[in-house]
Amino acid sequence: MTAVEPVLGERTLPGRIGDSPTRPDGVAKVQGTFAFSGDVSADGFLWGATLRSPHPSARIRSIDLSAAWRIDGVEAIVTAGDVPGKLTYGLIASDQPVFASDTVRYVGEPVAAVAAIHPEVCRRALAAIVVDYEVLEPLTDPERAIDPSVAPIHPDGNVIRRQRIVCGDPSVQGEIQVEGTYEIGMQDQAFLGLEAALAVPDPGGAGVELHVATQWLHEDRHQIAACLDLADEQVRLVLGGVGGAFGAREDISLQVHTCLLALRTGRPVRMAYSREESFLGHVHRHPARIWMRHHADRDGRLLNIEARFVLDGGAYASTSAAVLVNAVTHTQGPYKCDNAIVDGYAVRTNNLPCGAMRGFGVVQACFAHEGQMDKLARACGLDPVEIRLRNAMQTGDRLITGQVIENVAPVERCILETAALPLPDEPVGGHDGDPMRLPGGAGLTADRQHIRRGIGWGVSIKNLMYSENFDDYSTARCRLADGVVSLKFATAEVGQGFITIAGQIARTVLGVDDVELEPIDTAIGSAGSTSASRQTWMSGGAVDGACRLVRERLFELVAARHGIDALRLAIDGRDVVDTMGELRVAVAEASSGIVIEETFEHHHRPTEHLDELGQGNCHTAFAFVAHRAVVDVDPELGLVKVVQIATAQDVGRALNPLSVIGQIEGGIAQGLGLAVMEEIIQTDGRVRNASFTDYLLPTMLDMPPVLTTLVEEPDPMAPLGAKGVGEPPCISSTPAVVAAIRDAIGRDLDRVPVRPFDIAL
Amino acid sequence: MTISSSPAELGSNQIYTLRVNGTDREVRDAWVGESLLFVLRERLGLLGSKGACEQGECGSCSVLVDGELLCSCLVLAASATDQEIVTIEGIAPVGAPSDVQQAYVDAGAVQCGFCTPGLIMATHALLERSPDPSELEIREALSGNICRCTGYGRIIDAVQKVSVARRVES
Repeated sequence: MTAVEPVLGERTLPGRIGDSPTRPDGVAKVQGTFAFSGDVSADGFLWGATLRSPHPSARIRSIDLSAAWRIDGVEAIVTAGDVPGKLTYGLIASDQPVFASDTVRYVGEPVAAVAAIHPEVCRRALAAIVVDYEVLEPLTDPERAIDPSVAPIHPDGNVIRRQRIVCGDPSVQGEIQVEGTYEIGMQDQAFLGLEAALAVPDPGGAGVELHVATQWLHEDRHQIAACLDLADEQVRLVLGGVGGAFGAREDISLQVHTCLLALRTGRPVRMAYSREESFLGHVHRHPARIWMRHHADRDGRLLNIEARFVLDGGAYASTSAAVLVNAVTHTQGPYKCDNAIVDGYAVRTNNLPCGAMRGFGVVQACFAHEGQMDKLARACGLDPVEIRLRNAMQTGDRLITGQVIENVAPVERCILETAALPLPDEPVGGHDGDPMRLPGGAGLTADRQHIRRGIGWGVSIKNLMYSENFDDYSTARCRLADGVVSLKFATAEVGQGFITIAGQIARTVLGVDDVELEPIDTAIGSAGSTSASRQTWMSGGAVDGACRLVRERLFELVAARHGIDALRLAIDGRDVVDTMGELRVAVAEASSGIVIEETFEHHHRPTEHLDELGQGNCHTAFAFVAHRAVVDVDPELGLVKVVQIATAQDVGRALNPLSVIGQIEGGIAQGLGLAVMEEIIQTDGRVRNASFTDYLLPTMLDMPPVLTTLVEEPDPMAPLGAKGVGEPPCISSTPAVVAAIRDAIGRDLDRVPVRPFDIAL
Repeated sequence: MTISSSPAELGSNQIYTLRVNGTDREVRDAWVGESLLFVLRERLGLLGSKGACEQGECGSCSVLVDGELLCSCLVLAASATDQEIVTIEGIAPVGAPSDVQQAYVDAGAVQCGFCTPGLIMATHALLERSPDPSELEIREALSGNICRCTGYGRIIDAVQKVSVARRVES
């Protein structure tokens, strides 16, 4: 049921750009032989485990380890006093303790770690550690965290960042005004492959090798080394197989603890989180409360936007400052608007720490601005599609930050292509009338006559790569020998398929069939993080650059051999050819007996910090997408069945159309999850559903068919014309589903996930 | 690399035998509280079964026990004696994937791949009992397996392609 009509690029030979070759790790993954980070082991290893705070806010009076030490099989117990180097870590601000020493600030904060010969011994040892806590009143309301009269819960203060945007004349009043306050619950990345690592100490504790599932090897290494009081070079990171990431592996979780236990015991240590621990042990999507007032003329054209954002960063800063910038700078969505006034806060509370999750602040902004666009459409008597088309941004338009959109910006086309996809032809419950297709599914609770169907829209803009003067470059090395290319990079493959397209790029540029991939580790320069939809652009650019340098040298060799100018040479299929003569020599033959090796760093264009009024060219590039959702709702029980999602996404150029479809469908599933299922529920800072039984994830029965059109307008700014595709699918799919529910029941819904009682009561 | 022993403090450690993928495998010095998933992975070196929830919610640890699809995280290993256990390693020899496995690769049904072995087990079980499943039947049969990467579309495609191919062959 998927309408895929990608324009295929240089599809001359298999495995080139535009083709959809299978993953190089595919067979190993289906056969169960692929080594994830939890599958890696070493002789004589010990198990590690972490003791966590049961309180959202407390002072530690004392920690008594004596009973734990008496347990047979316990080899090490470490606490804050055992951290040899820096006592804290963090991606932007180093504000999170390796272990809490005097204060705990969230439920799940690490207090101690043990190493023992069996996981059950670890568990018993943790249970035997006695921590005397003085329990304090937690600060859990983000609005209170803004109040300067409320005592700071951390030396760095409760406001992690405040960012305003003032653009044009924010006093402009529209004849039409719509207003709303929107709430977004805390979503978990819920990757399947739980946090796991193996640390192997060097003899004498001179260093450590860590096999870990992460999104950014070099950043991890830098933070780990500082805490261990080692030089970066003394810490070697090897990418353990990554079972999904979605932002949750951008921060440190078990890395320092595992290395510390290995160095302390002089033995390899494996650490593996449980699902409950994973919910507590990594950062989440920021819960947000967003107020917006949109001003428009009678024709629905946006004149001014007023907005206020409050993001709950939880106990530690992580990337909250950058998430806030993303949120406020995407206030307007993919729509033109000349005037705006925005105020945004990311604050510290005693809730779970929040940081990166797919969409990174834009998910929150989009839920609010799309709710507003629908209100505006109603107020102006326009169709949801028409209001969006009238305001659709184009290349050359200016954002409320003053930044001009220089990228390809096919917003109108995304909307029109989505609208052109067929609506579901089946009636409520499907042609076969199977009650499983109704809201409530296997519960068989729905009365078919009462089910209402609705259609809703969501359209979004998403920045690509890092922002605000961050040079998130990527490095790749290419070696050509005897017609075989080997590639080396530190790009974290987390499932997205970079390793597939890396080979496609090399085959296309160099005219080879055989591409070998070297281990992904810190033995080469940084690739930056696998996040921000950036690796196709950044590491793709690095691989492309390295391959082009190798190709230049190959051409020089061939040119010298044949006495012609290297500029006349090109790759055609598997051959080097003279574009002005008869010469044609196979790449395999031309590279026989020689080795050409080149390393390339790809840097994106520089960006700027926002100033106090939120002005500046802070973002690198942008991508766009439209979503249309069809839902059936049981208004009596408040249950929703998503029937279909249609989407047209601006991808620049699909290097591997099948991989792109995979990103789109997977991202939409996460967007659907946020719309109607997924939320970490906290009461007074305590987590109530840290399990897969209680945190609801979309299953195959929850996911509808997805109709996809790839909008391919190669972006001249992108190294290969290709934009990142990972995040846009999960941004406007959420508001599309919610808009469809509103359409079905005729009621405002201003919060996600939409719960049964939001609909039925 | 498998773990060597358990401490005496964890209690009586009987020797028992599991029949896995057609071979009797003796388990020694194991703590009696170990799950089948743990013993398969850590004592027998069969790392293809994955643990992701420890509650039977995600299906990553799916194995066949006497032909029945079970979550091995919910079964005590010591209680699974005298039963035929089939794991992902028993589906096909390394390097020679089954039709289901190959279809997953070809259809783009694999991303991070953590859920994949469990889904492969569930798909084989489904097609065994229902060679020509409807789309809804596929969705029901595989709804006990959570995949966080793919959104399931390519997985359904893979299962349908195997079903069609098997019909054509027969």
